[in-house]
Amino acid sequence: MYQHNRFNNNSFNFIQKFKNFDYILLICILLLGFISLATMYSTDGGKILFHTKSHFVKLIIFTIMMLIFSFINIKFWFLIGYIFYIIVIGLLIWTYLFGIQSSGSQRWMDLYFINLQPSELMKICIIMCLAKYFHRMKLENVNSIYTILTSLIIILLPMGLVIVQPDLGTSLLIAISGIAVLWFAGINHKYFIYTMLGFLISLPFIISFLKPYQKLRVLTFLNPDRDPLGAGYQIIQSKIAVGSGGIFGKGFLKGTQSYLEFLPEKHTDFIFTLYSEEFGFIGSAILLLIYAIIIYRILIIGASSRSYFAKLFCYSFGAAIFVYITINMSMVLGLLPIVGSPLPIMSYGGSSMLATMIGFGIVMSARVHNQQSIA
Amino acid sequence: MINSSSDNVKKLNSINRRMFITGSLKFFVMIGLVSRLFFLQVKENKKYLTLSDKNRIREWKLAPVRGEFHDYFGNVIAGNFEAYQLHIIPEQVEDFRYVIYRLKDLLELSDKDFKKVLKKKNEIKPWETLIVSDNLSWKKFSKINNHLYDLNGVKPVISISRSYPFKEKFTHVLGYVSQANEDDIENNEIIKKRFVPGLKIGKAGLEKSYEDEIIGINDIERYEVNAYGRRISQLEFQKGEQGKTQRLTIDTEVQKLANELLKDKAGSICVMDIYTGSIIAMHSSPSFDPNLFVFGISKDEWQLIRNNPMKPLVNKTLQGNYSPGSTIKPIVALSALENGIINTNFTVKCTGKTEMYGQTYHCWKKKGHGFVSLRNAMKQSCDTYFYEIARKLGVDKLSETAKKFGLGKKVFGDLFDIEKNGLIPNTQWKKNVLGKGWLLGETMITGIGQGYIQTTPIQLCLMTAQIANGGYKIYPKITTDNEIKDEPLDKFSPLYKNSKNIKIVQDAMFGSTNEVMGTSYRSRIDDPKYQFAGKTGTAQVKRITERDRELDLKTFEIPYEERDHAMYVAFGPYKNPRYALSVLVEHGGNGSTTAAPMAKELFKKIIDRHSLRQSINNKKYLEI
Repeated sequence: MYQHNRFNNNSFNFIQKFKNFDYILLICILLLGFISLATMYSTDGGKILFHTKSHFVKLIIFTIMMLIFSFINIKFWFLIGYIFYIIVIGLLIWTYLFGIQSSGSQRWMDLYFINLQPSELMKICIIMCLAKYFHRMKLENVNSIYTILTSLIIILLPMGLVIVQPDLGTSLLIAISGIAVLWFAGINHKYFIYTMLGFLISLPFIISFLKPYQKLRVLTFLNPDRDPLGAGYQIIQSKIAVGSGGIFGKGFLKGTQSYLEFLPEKHTDFIFTLYSEEFGFIGSAILLLIYAIIIYRILIIGASSRSYFAKLFCYSFGAAIFVYITINMSMVLGLLPIVGSPLPIMSYGGSSMLATMIGFGIVMSARVHNQQSIA
Repeated sequence: MINSSSDNVKKLNSINRRMFITGSLKFFVMIGLVSRLFFLQVKENKKYLTLSDKNRIREWKLAPVRGEFHDYFGNVIAGNFEAYQLHIIPEQVEDFRYVIYRLKDLLELSDKDFKKVLKKKNEIKPWETLIVSDNLSWKKFSKINNHLYDLNGVKPVISISRSYPFKEKFTHVLGYVSQANEDDIENNEIIKKRFVPGLKIGKAGLEKSYEDEIIGINDIERYEVNAYGRRISQLEFQKGEQGKTQRLTIDTEVQKLANELLKDKAGSICVMDIYTGSIIAMHSSPSFDPNLFVFGISKDEWQLIRNNPMKPLVNKTLQGNYSPGSTIKPIVALSALENGIINTNFTVKCTGKTEMYGQTYHCWKKKGHGFVSLRNAMKQSCDTYFYEIARKLGVDKLSETAKKFGLGKKVFGDLFDIEKNGLIPNTQWKKNVLGKGWLLGETMITGIGQGYIQTTPIQLCLMTAQIANGGYKIYPKITTDNEIKDEPLDKFSPLYKNSKNIKIVQDAMFGSTNEVMGTSYRSRIDDPKYQFAGKTGTAQVKRITERDRELDLKTFEIPYEERDHAMYVAFGPYKNPRYALSVLVEHGGNGSTTAAPMAKELFKKIIDRHSLRQSINNKKYLEI
C-alpha cells in the first residue's frame, strides 16, 4: 500500500532526521523551560538558590535527553512498551516496600543522585504500554470483554500501587492517561458514559471512603471561607494572588503574595499562581497559548504519523498533558478541589519533568520517524 | 490483506474522529480556563488587590498621647511619662510557652504575677495584645531588648502614661485615668475609634469630663508583613496628635494649702474669683493618690481607700449635700430685706428660745442675745432673730432668693457628672415630693439652715461670691478657655432689687468676723490688705435632744459621727473684694473654732498671690 515510502530502508540518515524535526514544538518547549526557570528564580526571592539551580540542571539534562530520544527510532519505543511498564511497576513495588517517607506518604525511591517518583513515570509508560497493546488489535476485538478486562488490569494495577502510597492525585492522573488511550483505541463510547454515570452515582459512597483530609479538601473546595486560616488557606491565598495580578501583573519579582510567603507550595503545584500574579492576565494567556501550541503540535505529529502506535501515543499523550494542565489550573483558580498535580515543566520536581520530557522525546521521535511503519 | 487494510482504515477513521471530538473539547476547556482567568484577574481584580493589600499591609495604632493639665501658672499637674512595657500578640508567637517561660526568667516574675499573665492570656482573643508588663524598669527593659532575637513575637513598647506629680492634691478636680473597660468603649464613640489595648481613659473628674478633647489622636504605623505576621518594611507613619492641653484656673499653691489645712480631716475647701468665677482651689478631703490607678490598683490598696470611714472616694465639694446651717443666714437676711419684710432697724428680743404652736425653738446661746438688730443677729448668729424673720418671710420667698444666688442647682452644669443638686425646699416641693403641706415650724428651721434644705460646699461658695461682688451673676469655671466662647447673656446681670441690701449683708458679715462678739472674731485679720468678711455655720448632724442640751458637751466629748459639721463662708479683701471661699469640716464641731481659722490662712495665701495672678493675666493681654 505504501509503495512510495522513501525511508523504508536504512538510508535514513542523521541530517534528514534533523530536517524532520518539529521546530515549533521544540521552541515552545524551550520557551516553556525558560519561563519556568524565570518563575523558579522568582520563587527563590530573586536569587539563584537551590530551586533555581536544581531546576536549571534538570531542565538541561532532560532536554538533551529528549533530543536524544527523538533520534531513536519509534520502533524501539514500541518494542520496549511492555518492558518499560513492567520495570516501573517493579519500581512502584520497590517504593511501596523500601521507599522514602516524606510528609506522611511514601512516594520516592532513593537513587543516590536523584529521588525518583516512579508514579510520575507511570503516567507516561502506561500510555506506551496500552498504545502497544492496542496497536495490532483489530477494531472488532477492541470491545471484547477480554481486551477491556486486560486493559483495566493494566490501569488498575499501578493505580492501586500509587493509592497505597498514598497519592490519590497521581493515581487519578495515571487512570486518566490510561483511559485516554482506551478512548482513542476505540472502546465503545457507551462504556465511558456508563462508567461516568456509575462514578457520579457512587460519588457520595466514594467520598465516605476518603481520608478525613481528603474530605476536608472537598468541603473546602465547596466553601473555602469555612476555614480561611486552615484548610481554605491555600485556595484563598492562591485566588488572591491570581486575582491581584490584574491585566499586566505586578511585575517580575514583585509578587507580594509569594514574596511575603502567603502562597503555599509555590515551587510545585501552585507555581502558576506566582507566575500569574507577576505577569497578569496577559502573561497567563501567553502561557496557556504556549501549552495550546504544544498540544496542537503533538496532535499534528500524531495525525501525520504513519504507525498506529505513534498516533495512539501522540493523541493520548496530548490529551494527558492537557488534563494535567487543566486539573492544575482549575485547582489553582478554585474550580476544583485541591489534588496534588504538578503543572508540566513549570512545576519544580524532577520525576514529573522526566516523565514529560520522555513523552516529548517519543512524540519527537514519532515526528522524525513519521514514515516509519511498525509491523 | 484486504481485510486487515479495511480494518486499518476503520481504525484510523475511529481514532481520527475521536481525536477531533477530544480536540474540540480541549478547545472549549481552554476557553473556560481563559475566561476564569479573565474573571479573576480583570473583572474581580480590584477585590483581590484589596485582599492582597489587606494581607500584606497591617496597621498598628499606637496609644494616643493624652493632653496635659496645667494649673493657672502653667505648672503641669497631670502630665505624661514614658513607661516601658512589654506586649505580646499570642497569635503571632510560634511557641508561646517557650517565650513566656523565657520572659518569666528574664523579668524575674513571681509565680503569682506569672499566673496572672497566663490568666490574662486566656481571657483575651489570640489576636489581641497581651500586656505582660506595663511598667518595667529601664534595666529590665534593656535586658529584654538584648534578648529579642530569642523572643519572637515579643514587642518592647515605650508607652506614654499618665503621671500626677502632685499625687493626691488634685485628685478630686482631675480625677484619674485607668484602663478602659468594655462599657467605656461602648459608650464613647471617640474612645471606640482610638482604642488600643491598654488604653487609659479618664474615669472621674476633669479627666473624664474632657476625655474627648484630651484623649489625643493615635499615631498609625503601616507595615508590610509576611504570612507569619512578621514586619518586613514600614510603608507609612501617620503622625497622631497629642490631646489638647487644658489650663485650669487653679493655683497649685492655694490647692496645696487647702490640702494641708484639711489634712487628717474630712471636709472641703473651695476658693473662687468673685468676678470671673474662676476656681482658685477646690479640694475634698481625704484624697487619694491617682497614680495608683494608672497601672491598675492592687486589691489591698483599693480596699483601703474604699473602706476608709472618711470616704475619700466622695468629692465632698460637689457631691456632699449638707445642711448649710448658719451660712444660709446672709441669704435669709437678704431675702427679708429685698422683700421688704424688715429693715435695718428691725429688732427681735432673743431669750434663748422661742415657742411656736407648743414647739420650742432654741437659739444656740442658751441665755439669749437680748434685743438684736439685723447686723447684730448676723454678727452673733442669733437663731431667734432668724426664726422670726423667716417666719415673716415665708419659705417660698426665701427659696426664690436662695435659688437666684445659686443654691439648689449644679454649679458647673454638666461638667462633673457626679455633682449634686442640693435641695432648696418650698411649699410646692413638699407637696409634690412628700405629699404633705408645709408647716410654719419648717420655715423657721429653714431660716437657720436646718431641715430639708441642703447645699453643697461649692454652692455656698458661689452664693458668697455673688454677694461679695455686689450681687451680680457669675458662672464658675475651672478651665481657662483660649477660644472666646459665647458667654451666657445673663452674666453679670444683677441678682438684687436694691443694691443697698447687698451692702447691708456684706457689712453684717464684716461685723461677724471683724468686730468683738462676732462669731469668727478670733480668726480675723486686721491688716486691711487681707481683711475678710464671713459667716460661720454649724450644721447639726442629728437632732439635739433635751438631754443633750442639759449635758452641753464639748465637741471632743461627742462621738465623731454625731459631731456637727463646721462651716465657714467668707470673702475678701473686704475693702475691695476679689475672692470668696467656703470651708467645710465634717464633724468638725463648731464653725468658728474649726472652719474659720482655715479661712484666715487661706486668705493670707490667696491675697499674697493675687498680684502674681494678675501679672499672668496682664502678660496675656500684652502678648495679644
